[in-house]
Amino acid sequence: MSDVVRLEFRNVSMRFVEATGQSLTAVAGVSFSVRDGEVVSLIGPSGCGKSTLLNIGSGLYAPSEGEAYVDGERVEGPNAHVAFMLQKDLLLPWRTIVENVMLGVEIQGLPITERKRRAQALLENLGLAEFLDRYPHQLSGGMRQRVALARTLAVDPTVLLLDEPFSAVDAQTRIVLQRELAQTLKRAAKTALLITHDLLEAVTLSDRVLVMSRRPGRIIDEIQVDLPGRDDPIARRHEARVNDYVSRLMDRLDIGHDSLNTAGASA
Amino acid sequence: MNSAAKNSLIRKGSAASVVLLIVFLAAWQWGPGLLGIPSFIVPPLSMVYDEFFRMLHVNHLMTHTAITAAEVLAGFVIGSLLGAFIGYVLGMSPTAEFALSPYILALQIAPKVAFAPLFIMWMGFTVYPKILVAILIVFFPIMVNVLSAIRTVDPDLINLARAFKATRAQIFWKIEFPASMPPLFAGLRIGSTLAVVGVVVGELVGGNMGLGYLLSFGEGQANTPMVFVTILMLTLVGAVAYLAVIVIEQRVLHYLPTRAFGGV
Repeated sequence: MSDVVRLEFRNVSMRFVEATGQSLTAVAGVSFSVRDGEVVSLIGPSGCGKSTLLNIGSGLYAPSEGEAYVDGERVEGPNAHVAFMLQKDLLLPWRTIVENVMLGVEIQGLPITERKRRAQALLENLGLAEFLDRYPHQLSGGMRQRVALARTLAVDPTVLLLDEPFSAVDAQTRIVLQRELAQTLKRAAKTALLITHDLLEAVTLSDRVLVMSRRPGRIIDEIQVDLPGRDDPIARRHEARVNDYVSRLMDRLDIGHDSLNTAGASA
Repeated sequence: MNSAAKNSLIRKGSAASVVLLIVFLAAWQWGPGLLGIPSFIVPPLSMVYDEFFRMLHVNHLMTHTAITAAEVLAGFVIGSLLGAFIGYVLGMSPTAEFALSPYILALQIAPKVAFAPLFIMWMGFTVYPKILVAILIVFFPIMVNVLSAIRTVDPDLINLARAFKATRAQIFWKIEFPASMPPLFAGLRIGSTLAVVGVVVGELVGGNMGLGYLLSFGEGQANTPMVFVTILMLTLVGAVAYLAVIVIEQRVLHYLPTRAFGGV
């Protein structure tokens, strides 16, 4: 991990105008940066604007105020430095697995042989070598999410933006996928911003955890995770100190307080 | 469903179908006589059968069938292409849809077959007014299906392509166009049967060609078997068109999980 900053938000605010005409501030004055090779998690109550930040980082939304920078360049639209992955796998049902992985590089105009080579290598690394020519509906949810990860990595981004990538898969598969993600990020030395609801996931996968407030979302805490084995979240789960970090995050999020429980139920 | 259960279902289902067909044909042959229905109301199967061969020689049945089939084909193909094209254009341009929607709605509500006399006045007793009615009637279900397909593409899929820096054309060809295929084929299935309706109405209204003409000719002569034969031939033309759509659909949509027996 070097000190080069890969992703930076400077004083970013985002307002939306709702259908009723009212303006809604999703995020307010958010500033943080992610260094090369670092994995940072972003946690916060639902509706606090986490996904908005991700969309700003990937260039899909322009912020109302402030700027986002990737690799030192101001983000002014989609760019080749970042790639995102969502809870939904977004696989195209009419494409085979290998064709799905090639989508990004195909759009970017890479030669067909190079596309295929990259997609096959990534799928092999994720244990999907036998499924290259299957269609998405023939795969399980966990496998489909792996394919989505391969598609994200295929464009060779420097920064990965991950929006609750494993929240739709079952608990056991999630643990396996978390480890695969951690190992892949380590191996490829990628920088990642991970949005998650899962506090344990945040602690076991990241170097640092940022806590956001309720809407309008601000960064209210930053926790450095000083645990070994960021590339092995399963081993990290056995660290006694994991519980301390999780407790601290629960405190910061007011989990257990009645005010938030009722607000959370209506959100 | 496992394959053994599936095979058993196919076997039982086919057997039931054959039994049903035999019962139906028998009821047609002997039912009218037993119930005292005169043959000029419901002619028994054998009369219709004889009439078929008489019409083959005397009335150029195959020529008329071929003319109708050609009109159906032309109307269906042109109507589908137009409907799909306009559907894609409107789907990609909300402004155009907003501006045109009152006219589209009005045309969609108007009974398309009512245009048949008008088209015949414009174009005379040729094949063209029949094809035009078919185009008009085929156009709408296909346009509406394509339009709503483009509108309902998952916005996250579009964003995924945008995040890869896809151009508008790439988004269309790689995401929207393939995503519209299942609804397009649902529209084509409906269109294939409606094309026959459009052509027959056109032929009924004017001219001396096609199965629609034979229908009104048979009616004028109070020749009930002739009307029955013509209806059967029309059904055959429609069935061929429908099956052709299904065969193409199964090739294009091969990636979908298999539905029960092609989902006819």
